[in-house]
Amino acid sequence: MHELSIAQAIVDTIGEAVADGRVTRVEIEVGALAMVVPESLRFCFDLAAAGTALADAELTIVQTPGRGRCRVCGEEVALADPFARCDCGSGALDWLGGDALRIKTVEVA
Amino acid sequence: MCATCGCSSEHALDRDPAHPHGAHDHGPDHAHAHAHPPETPQTSTAGGDGRKPRLIALERDVLARNDHLAAHNRGWLAGRGVFAINLMGSPGAGKTALLEATVRVLDGRATVDVVEGDQATAHDAERMRAAGVRALQINTGTTCHLDAAMIGRALAELDPAPATLLAIENVGNLVCPALFDLGEHARVVVVSVTEGDDKPEKYPHMFRAADVLVLNKLDLLPHVRFDVERCLARALELNPHLRVFRTAATRGDGLEPWCAWLLEGARGAGAQATRAATTA
Repeated sequence: MHELSIAQAIVDTIGEAVADGRVTRVEIEVGALAMVVPESLRFCFDLAAAGTALADAELTIVQTPGRGRCRVCGEEVALADPFARCDCGSGALDWLGGDALRIKTVEVA
Repeated sequence: MCATCGCSSEHALDRDPAHPHGAHDHGPDHAHAHAHPPETPQTSTAGGDGRKPRLIALERDVLARNDHLAAHNRGWLAGRGVFAINLMGSPGAGKTALLEATVRVLDGRATVDVVEGDQATAHDAERMRAAGVRALQINTGTTCHLDAAMIGRALAELDPAPATLLAIENVGNLVCPALFDLGEHARVVVVSVTEGDDKPEKYPHMFRAADVLVLNKLDLLPHVRFDVERCLARALELNPHLRVFRTAATRGDGLEPWCAWLLEGARGAGAQATRAATTA
């Protein structure tokens, strides 16, 4: 349930960056390895946004794929989630990308 | 909050640039190991008439604020030569028992201060005070982890003396604490043999994020089904840099190597602060 803290951080960061106006849309990049469940984040975002300039904002979550390199066979592999293993069976993976948790754009009316 | 000067947390990110902060100076041309959020977001006006919605390309890491406050804590700790560990693990893994035993075995070889994080009660801080050290309890309420802002406030209140060994015991949880940098020197995950040997597979992020694994309650091994080598192999597969200690905290087994590592860290942090002070 760290998604509530994540949602609060999103609302706080945008609240500080957007001085006036009503936020109508927020786009967040969530990497497949970011340890954030989009559905939980969506639920918590509504809670955190209530009573703020983001109260009616539509949340768009852009999920980006995870990538890793296997330390056993050397292959670069796609990782669907943080628990994914290499096709060779190894879990010894260096993550190369897909752990971003980032506010991309904000639409203000 | 700036624990050096007591600036309020509200101003932690936009303080007076002329106001120096000791070990972590926020002057306009100060050196930082961490990035500040961009001051002015790029703005484009759709349609150009100013009445249509504006699209702001914010491009900010969601945890940037926590990371910034963590870097501030790190600077504060470095300035004082305080070595801080972030102790994580499931509820009941034996985190507090490990700290009690650590204090007992260190036997005054280092000053130990403790920050305890729990959703409710001051039980753990009381236990640590009874063990003979200073302890501050943070109650996180509904929050399932400690964050850098909480630790910044705790540092200001606890005000650990130079060269102190600071143990921060996080909320019992193998998921959420892994995401929040506190500014600590080392992340320690405690796993006990009563939990099941598949914890690294179930909670890989925690084991990836940790620097140290303490395998605890080894005295109970004859009574439980727990494959030590399997657990360690899976943890090291995820994170080959993990340093492993094997303990039975309540019986006092295996604590000397763990304490030696803590003392080495404390000496390193102290020496670094001394060097920084003499070259300043």
